[in-house]
Amino acid sequence: MISYKKNTNNIVTLTMDMEGRKSNIINHEIGKAFLPVLDHLKKSKESNELIGVIITSAKQSFLTGGDLDYLSNVKDPKEIFKFVERQKQLFNAIESLGVPVVAAINGAALGSGFELTLAAHHRIALDHPKTVLGCPEVTLGILPGGGGTIRLMWMLGIEKALPILAEGKRYNPKKALEIGLIDELVADKETLMQQAEKWILDNPQVSKPWLEKGRIPGGTAKSPKLAPMIAMASAMMVKRTRNNYPAPQAILNTMVEGSLVDFETALRIESRYFTELITGKVSTNMTKAFWYDLNSIKQGESRPKGFGKFRPRKIGVIGAGMMGSGIAYVSAKVGIQVMLKDVSVTIAERGKAYSEKLLVKGVARKKITEIEKAAILDRITPTENAEDFKDCDLIIEAVFENRALKDQVTKEAQKFLDEDVIFASNTSTLPISGLAKSYDHQENFIGLHFFSPVDKMQLVEIIKGDNTSEETIARAFDYVKLIKKTPIVVNDSRGFYTSRVFKTYIIEGMALLNEGNLPNKIEQAGLNAGMPVGPLALIDEVSISLVVDILKQTKKDLGDKDPPNPGYDVAFRMIEEFNRPGKAKKAGFYDYSAKPKKIWPALRTHFPDKGSNSTMVEMQERLMIIQAIETVRCMEEGVISKVADANIGSIFGWGFAPFKGGTLQYINDYGMKEFIEKAAQLEQKYGARFKLPQSLHDMNHKNLTFI
Amino acid sequence: MRLISLTNKIFILILIHQKYSGIPPNLSKKIRNLCALSKYILLNMSTIPYIFDAVRTPRGRGKKSGSLHEVKPVDLLKTVLNAVQERNQLDTKQVDDVVIGCVTPVGEQGGDVAKAALLYADWDVSVPGFQLNRFCASGLEAVNVAAMKVASGWEDLVVAGGVESMSRVPMGSDGGALMFDPAVNAKVGFVPQGISADLIATIEGFDRETVDRYAVSSQQRASHAQTNGYFDGSIIPVIDQSNITILDKDEHLRPGTTVETLGNLNPAFKMMGDMGFDAVALLKYPEIEMINHVHTGGNSSGIVDGASLVLIGTKEKGEALGLKPRAKILSVATSSSEPTIMLQGPAPATWKALKKAGMEPKDIDLWEMNEAFASAVLKFQRDLNVDDDILNVNGGAIALGHPLGATGTMLLGTILDELERRNLSTGLVTLCVGGGMGVTTIIERV
Repeated sequence: MISYKKNTNNIVTLTMDMEGRKSNIINHEIGKAFLPVLDHLKKSKESNELIGVIITSAKQSFLTGGDLDYLSNVKDPKEIFKFVERQKQLFNAIESLGVPVVAAINGAALGSGFELTLAAHHRIALDHPKTVLGCPEVTLGILPGGGGTIRLMWMLGIEKALPILAEGKRYNPKKALEIGLIDELVADKETLMQQAEKWILDNPQVSKPWLEKGRIPGGTAKSPKLAPMIAMASAMMVKRTRNNYPAPQAILNTMVEGSLVDFETALRIESRYFTELITGKVSTNMTKAFWYDLNSIKQGESRPKGFGKFRPRKIGVIGAGMMGSGIAYVSAKVGIQVMLKDVSVTIAERGKAYSEKLLVKGVARKKITEIEKAAILDRITPTENAEDFKDCDLIIEAVFENRALKDQVTKEAQKFLDEDVIFASNTSTLPISGLAKSYDHQENFIGLHFFSPVDKMQLVEIIKGDNTSEETIARAFDYVKLIKKTPIVVNDSRGFYTSRVFKTYIIEGMALLNEGNLPNKIEQAGLNAGMPVGPLALIDEVSISLVVDILKQTKKDLGDKDPPNPGYDVAFRMIEEFNRPGKAKKAGFYDYSAKPKKIWPALRTHFPDKGSNSTMVEMQERLMIIQAIETVRCMEEGVISKVADANIGSIFGWGFAPFKGGTLQYINDYGMKEFIEKAAQLEQKYGARFKLPQSLHDMNHKNLTFI
Repeated sequence: MRLISLTNKIFILILIHQKYSGIPPNLSKKIRNLCALSKYILLNMSTIPYIFDAVRTPRGRGKKSGSLHEVKPVDLLKTVLNAVQERNQLDTKQVDDVVIGCVTPVGEQGGDVAKAALLYADWDVSVPGFQLNRFCASGLEAVNVAAMKVASGWEDLVVAGGVESMSRVPMGSDGGALMFDPAVNAKVGFVPQGISADLIATIEGFDRETVDRYAVSSQQRASHAQTNGYFDGSIIPVIDQSNITILDKDEHLRPGTTVETLGNLNPAFKMMGDMGFDAVALLKYPEIEMINHVHTGGNSSGIVDGASLVLIGTKEKGEALGLKPRAKILSVATSSSEPTIMLQGPAPATWKALKKAGMEPKDIDLWEMNEAFASAVLKFQRDLNVDDDILNVNGGAIALGHPLGATGTMLLGTILDELERRNLSTGLVTLCVGGGMGVTTIIERV
């Protein structure tokens, strides 16, 4: 677990190497393992047989976090509090050995792992792409509870430490050095250990400002310079979080309150906030989504088993518009050769220029070098000839959403393709099984629904057609992971998963409008509920006319099965009566003639108050519950089969409230029984669209939740 | 729990009973004691607090270049304490207590500035004093507490007042959880008052021109009053050790102000609104699309230095000391309302005070609503339906400045002077207060 090696200089190297794990974490086991080691070190120190300690790891990473499995299962606050206080004692003991302690950070040090390095007197990191550093706890709804919040505040001051922890960014070693997270950077492992030893020999006397009469850089929360900033800090958080995320607020509180008391008391304050967060709902939701669900996707839960790993060397992209260009960019970036085809080379070149624009920005921001930029661009070849696809392993068609056009380009490309080449269509609305008919080898035909802008949006929805083979799914899955996106696998159906559920949010927004709720209140309800954009603004972005087309198609496809929805009428009236098709035409629910956009003043006249008495809370819940119900329907109909895919798909796909952990976790959060009761109320009040699928009642009877 | 509520009920029944008859002899000793106490309270409730005098310093601009920047807060208080003593030939031994409002009671205003000033001003050592803080209404709260002390019958002669040297002890330098503790301010939805003022303006539809027009009127009225000497009877010049005058009239006024000149000023609270405080406000007021930032330094209260006092007592005490009662205090009230919009407290406080006095708005001859921000006054005016001609008739804090803890007492003095000048009877003073509170006092000339 921890290997102990003392050299002739009386410097001890502790190498962490937990058995049966890919990386080290902080848990009970390692805590126990440290105790005798520390005891021994103390004795060595007393008998003058110790001059310093180096902590490092035998794994590829240093130490990557805390024991989430344990933490997410304990419900008793007292136990959590005790656990985290014990963890602190461990770090405190390392810090106060009385000899210099150096963290030789040989790889990723995240969360508790990074907190451990903060207890050391000196941090040296290996300059390697895999060395990521930081405290991303906040992204799981918690705060660094191993003394990291207080130590970082003492090291950098509140002003600098706050954003680092409240945003939870991971830093590369250079950036980490620049902002003061580490002290030194070395090129290789040998130098790492040499420098660690050298620092110990050069610095026999060590201390920490918080253990002596030191001062927090920039002062305490009371200092006249900081106080006004602190008065403002909560408000700045509210602007970003609408009070939905307790963790950044708790980090702020911990630093402010901790700055006013001694170090030991401050640590206890940190433990109390930590305990509150861990036992709260938001951390449960966020840990579920961003740890368990995301990991299960990464580990290929939805990837058919038994097929070798697919690594396309060269791909073809048809259509050099916004989507095609983005797909070319993300593919070239990971080393894939891309043939980017459009009707003319000129247009295809424009698509390549899109990559260039992004790369120039990357160079300016020092994210990539000029050489890397050139190499990436080199991999994209604009073309107008389908013939150039002949040695591609994968073709992605990303032309307009038009069946005839898609049919034409598919057939054109097919002539030059080997029979085992995968053909993917990027579509958000057209059924894949229908499109597959244009392709001779339907088993190799699949849907890849990218989100715009491709370079920023993490999700790709993989759509199985009726005849798509398991191997093709596995290959598509591998490709999506290769381009560093998150794949979810869904069945072919109207709107697939994401578009179908997303639609319910905006239609419910229009239903609220039809009932006479104040437009701005509807928007605020969406935002308060945690959605990134209010429903009406979102429809404007999508374009109301497109929504109307989809609604008409849905009506046609489903007939009476589609329950009447007051939201539809709003969309129809916006187009037919008021001729306001959306943002593109500068006229939708909003007026775009001046910046910032303003809600169209006549909206209230056309959709007047009908005495609707929806409260803010109910409006918020309706906008979310309708999405959760539609997701359950998708599960029941087999459109989607994994809870993880549903949750992550909703968050990454259309920005479903991350603090709720996704559309299905929303139900867990609400409480299954309470959710069913609420939906029944809403159904009675607002109609059949809130009717729950039988499967949810069944789950409730069996006491099941969405895990 | 039940026992307590039962005792309460008995107590109330006895109270009612006591009004009409004596204490029944067949009750236990405990209850009889209770009855005696209640009878005492009932008898003394009728004690009416009278106002004998009201004085104030002039208001100096609250910055380094202001005339009173060199004057310490205790000296401001000493100025008015000496004046009350001299003007009334007051034997200070007769004063039961001194209540001083101060909003930033730290540093040289800290540590019970009232007692420090009393000793410094050579009042008799037997006179106690304390400082209180009800934010912007501290001065009026001091009056109300003094009035309650007198009305209760426990004390007969009380001095109420306020002090604030905003140039020397900056606003907010006392810290406070509402503003500076993120755990508290996040939960409460704290925003600076300027954001609240802009929020009121947005909701009520007061545009920039409306609030600026109000500010111009404040300047014109204050300037008219100053030119014609309406304030002179109560202003005590601030002098130095050698009796050389430092300041003898309010210096914050800008008589030439027009809607045009005010129009050039930038909104003062837009930037902090954009940084996050607007978002906090809109979270509570989702019907608002965006806040219209209309307040500037020109239509908000000025930052100034000053102190003020009011002498309050029973009729009997006044007669014994040869003091002439100028007015009686009919009722006082305190209230609180939604803290984010914050500045709408005066209306509920005023309704409460009117009800206590058995009055209606139409019974009030003159009104003073502190001009913290133009929109706060306009909103109050709308709520109570007060005529322009009887509201803040001599201008207010926009022109004259708002020396936080001292303002309430100053307004009381101003309205009393004006009632006398116009030979009117009733006046109402109210202020909006941080945290959503409001304080009101109603007086009637005698």
